[in-house]
Amino acid sequence: MSMLEGRIRIPSGCAISAVISREGRRMTGEKIIESMRPMHERSNGLGGGFAGYGIYPEYKDLFALHIFYDGELCRAACEAYLRDHLEIVKGEIIPTRKIPNITDEPLIWRYFVTPLRSVLASRQLDENEFLARIVMHINTHLQGTYVFSSGKNMGVFKAVGFPEDVGAFYRLEEYEAYCWTAHGRYPTNTPGWWGGAHPFALLDRTIVHNGEISSYDANRRYIEMFGYKCTLQTDTEVITYIADFLQRKQGLSLTELASVIAAPFWSTIKRKPTEEERLNLSFLRKVYPSLLITGPFSIILGFEGGLMALNDRLKLRSMVVGEKDDLTFIASEEAAIRAMEPEAENIWSPAGGEPVIVTVKEGCY
Amino acid sequence: MPGINYFYPEFEVVRNDARCIRCQVCARQCANEVHSYDPERDLMLSDESKCVNCQRCVSLCPTRALKIVKSDCRLRENANWEGDTIREVYKQALSGGVLLSSMGNPKNYPVYWDKILINASQVTNPSIDPLREPMETRVFLGKKPEKLERDENGNLKCELTPQLELSMPVMFSAMSYGSISYNAHESLARASKELGIYYNTGEGGLHEDFYVYGPNTIVQVASGRFGVHRDYMEAGAAVEIKMGQGAKPGIGGHLPGTKVGPDVSRTRMIPEGSDAISPAPHHDIYSIEDLRQLVYSIKEATGHKKPVIVKVAAVHNIAAIASGIARSGADIIAIDGFRGGTGAAPTRIRDSVGIPIELALAAVDQRLRDEGIRGNVSLVVGGSIRSSADVVKAIALGADACYIATAALLALGCHLCRTCQTGNCNWGIATQKPELVKRLNPDLGYKRLVNLMTAWNHEIKELMGGMGINSMALRGNRLMLRGVGLTDAELRILGISHAGE
Repeated sequence: MSMLEGRIRIPSGCAISAVISREGRRMTGEKIIESMRPMHERSNGLGGGFAGYGIYPEYKDLFALHIFYDGELCRAACEAYLRDHLEIVKGEIIPTRKIPNITDEPLIWRYFVTPLRSVLASRQLDENEFLARIVMHINTHLQGTYVFSSGKNMGVFKAVGFPEDVGAFYRLEEYEAYCWTAHGRYPTNTPGWWGGAHPFALLDRTIVHNGEISSYDANRRYIEMFGYKCTLQTDTEVITYIADFLQRKQGLSLTELASVIAAPFWSTIKRKPTEEERLNLSFLRKVYPSLLITGPFSIILGFEGGLMALNDRLKLRSMVVGEKDDLTFIASEEAAIRAMEPEAENIWSPAGGEPVIVTVKEGCY
Repeated sequence: MPGINYFYPEFEVVRNDARCIRCQVCARQCANEVHSYDPERDLMLSDESKCVNCQRCVSLCPTRALKIVKSDCRLRENANWEGDTIREVYKQALSGGVLLSSMGNPKNYPVYWDKILINASQVTNPSIDPLREPMETRVFLGKKPEKLERDENGNLKCELTPQLELSMPVMFSAMSYGSISYNAHESLARASKELGIYYNTGEGGLHEDFYVYGPNTIVQVASGRFGVHRDYMEAGAAVEIKMGQGAKPGIGGHLPGTKVGPDVSRTRMIPEGSDAISPAPHHDIYSIEDLRQLVYSIKEATGHKKPVIVKVAAVHNIAAIASGIARSGADIIAIDGFRGGTGAAPTRIRDSVGIPIELALAAVDQRLRDEGIRGNVSLVVGGSIRSSADVVKAIALGADACYIATAALLALGCHLCRTCQTGNCNWGIATQKPELVKRLNPDLGYKRLVNLMTAWNHEIKELMGGMGINSMALRGNRLMLRGVGLTDAELRILGISHAGE
């Protein structure tokens, strides 16, 4: 038990991939599962997961909570807490398929919920902040309970196992999404707990991440000033909170977010052609020195209507991008892109700190 | 009572007569007049009772004929009543006075820096090679906004309250003109300019010759208000309110009148030869709300163009004090640990008041974070930072930058003999006697300071690179530190794990 995620810090190596339709065309999970097969060596069977966007169109105005429970008692306690704060429109066990490679699963439930208007008004919060606080409360205070997905019309599916097995376990072929991201994990310890797998999510923001950030504790201690609680001690968790803080709370654009967490070097800023650019970039660096993420990373940040891929500023992790028709592919290796689309074009490696932002056409998601 | 006031000298001058060529350099160099030449006997003589072991004669003897050793004529050993303790009793019984000392607390208290170890990358992430990859040590000190704002076109409003930009996270700490010499100040000022950092005037005002270094100068306002006037305030890049000093928490600065010559007198705006004893408190600050008024008065007086630093000594309740300062409008808090140096302080205060900077820093950084106001202020720590490794440990514990003073004086030739208060510094640093001051050549002195800081910056980059960190995002990264041989309470306060955990 002492090795559980969150009690110790576990570095990981990883594989990531993503596919998104700029036209908002929905695809089943099979393609993204295929992408993880050629990168099998990048995982070690101790964590895999997926995020799909646009998968719950029939409930698209409700927050979809995916929760792991250690047992029925935990579920009863959590559901009582949820009922105090939220209207539960639907609650069900997430359908899974028994496969030999995935064992020891917790209880896995999902709920479609909406905040109780009266509670929302009395707390003077918008619904996103309200939901974020509920998630933070459950994950910090309710024993044996872990919310691993909490956005609208999207969902995270993750487990201890190889990613292709995790995809089969969750029957992802039955879901259709306009954007999928995936993760295979190579942790250096046995986490033994499903919450530690990726993607990591808060509201509609998900992160899959390959790398070990050396600035972790500086980032963590800074972000925890703003009500976030890093319970897992993982890089991915802190990156998710940083993205949430900078975008949702500080109103930064994706490009601005990228220039905080993978800030250009001062020497690069000096060479920028316009005064405005120099001013903006140095301003963000001066304000958020503690949110610069150093050490190797490649991340894919998924959100409603798009994604952003980003490397650390030295590009210490591989990441390639490719395209075909309305689809954009991103992965740790070109082989993963070829597995999704053998005819993929325009394959290129983004430079360190250069964000690749892909959005779905307005109104198509 | 004959003999009762006699002590056998603390040091002995050992002269190798076979090597001595009677050049009398030692006699000319020793301002304490230890050495003399007897022409009749053609002998060099020593009055060891005056020796402070500053090593000046040793260093300049052309034939290496001299050494200074600790005297072995001792009182009977006693673990409780040590020789120095007994000697101090004799001294006070004779004089009825307060004991005075200089430089930092020399007692055997724990040095936590030496019980903290730094991490390095192995396998799971790469270390970064500072010889081949960019490595940034630049840091900005000052308040950071809580909420970003945009104009009507959606562009970020990029105005920040005044910040200090440092090329590396180290500054020269406050040492007044008066306590140290003109040439020492010139060396510090020129080095700061070349390095892109700052030095601090201390509480003795700013000599008119050094106004040109204003962009690299922090001007200090202390309880004595020595040398404080409009031009002075406008000359500096930042203004520091000195509430306290690590070497003597609870009391004001001391400058013996022997060091107050015409130039110092004019710069300080006090009469020649008068002792400059600053009041213990600022008499316009009896509480935190008064501090706020002074902070804003200074901001008003300087047109809100300069960050205001509030310097305090590390004392028991430092976390709450710093939290109060962070809400008082200060842009930067400087905390001075109990091992910090001084030109003159009552011995009992220096040796027994205050707390170690490592613990104070850890407690303050954590408290400010717990209260969500760490962004209101930058934290600068000093007293005593001895090496680049101490700097890296301090930053990882949560400091934005470090103040150094003793290390800077060592670079200028100080040999830590701890008798600054006498004004007889043979190395030309802590003295105002022209014949001694000229021994410190500022052209060489400033270069040595630049060398020292350049060397430290290289080392800081190497240590950072080893950790896989290439910017000052190192700040507060306590996971990069481990303790050795520390108790649970010490680890808890430092916010670090024990080595092996």
